[in-house]
Amino acid sequence: MSTLRAPVKVRVKDWFPPGHVRTPFFLRGKVGVIERELGPFHNPEELAYRQKGAPRKLLRVRFEMSEIWGEDAETPTDTLDAEIYEHWLEPADAT
Amino acid sequence: MPHDHHDHDHLSPSGHPYQPDQDHTLTRWQAMEIAMRELLVEKEILTAAEITQTVEAMDRRSPADGAQVVARAWSDPEFKARLLADGSTTIGEMGFEAGAMKLIVVENTATTHNVVVCTLCSCYPRNLLGLPPDWYKQRAYRSRVVKTPRKVLSEFGLDLPDDVQVRVHDSTADMRYLVLPVRPAGTDDLDATALAELVNRDSMIGVAQATAPE
Repeated sequence: MSTLRAPVKVRVKDWFPPGHVRTPFFLRGKVGVIERELGPFHNPEELAYRQKGAPRKLLRVRFEMSEIWGEDAETPTDTLDAEIYEHWLEPADAT
Repeated sequence: MPHDHHDHDHLSPSGHPYQPDQDHTLTRWQAMEIAMRELLVEKEILTAAEITQTVEAMDRRSPADGAQVVARAWSDPEFKARLLADGSTTIGEMGFEAGAMKLIVVENTATTHNVVVCTLCSCYPRNLLGLPPDWYKQRAYRSRVVKTPRKVLSEFGLDLPDDVQVRVHDSTADMRYLVLPVRPAGTDDLDATALAELVNRDSMIGVAQATAPE
């Protein structure tokens, strides 16, 4: 996933798997820009089940409120930053 | 004649109702915690003294620690630059440990206001601020501050002008966040110790400004 670098535009995958997932529901399917690269950290989805947790790159992604809340955004240009693991992200232009 | 139960029977001598004591049954998780702790001691993995010491060390952490970091950043531009570039390593210079979780420091300016939340649970920079306030863990704050941050900040008494951009930081994974508040005006003559007095907990979460000097 070497294409996931700041400041690439990315989309959070619209997945809804069961288990211990640290990708907030309200950000799934949303497009943001990588703010900085972090990690790698052990994948919490595996750690939660007593597995070792494969190292995954963690990325801080910045979303505009208009992207998250659409017409309901309080101030469209305010932002929300969240940490998303690389396997939850794809380039925004991917279909 | 059987004893009759009027309200005055339930009042203490001070005139207030008696409050129930904490003698309800343990919850499942309270019982689990006690069982786990006793087993760790019984199997000599930890001693009771070590557990007490760790709890005491956790209780000693307080927003005064974070305030020292902020005050130093206000007084020392090079320290501030290092803190913003690498929070985890830089707080080590002052003897604070980031631990397994890493620290990101976000700076408030005349045009940017940062506020921190953990929408998933209660992630919080405990190593610098101690235990989080109850409201930080409640759903009302966690669900609302990501959608209507200005309204929530206004309820905390902080009204931001339209030309200040709000940046909400959701601690979803391995980072913890500390807000570096704006240094109040009229503090040029204050040293780091006096400055730290102006740094309140809420200003480091981002729901308040630093306290103005008297």
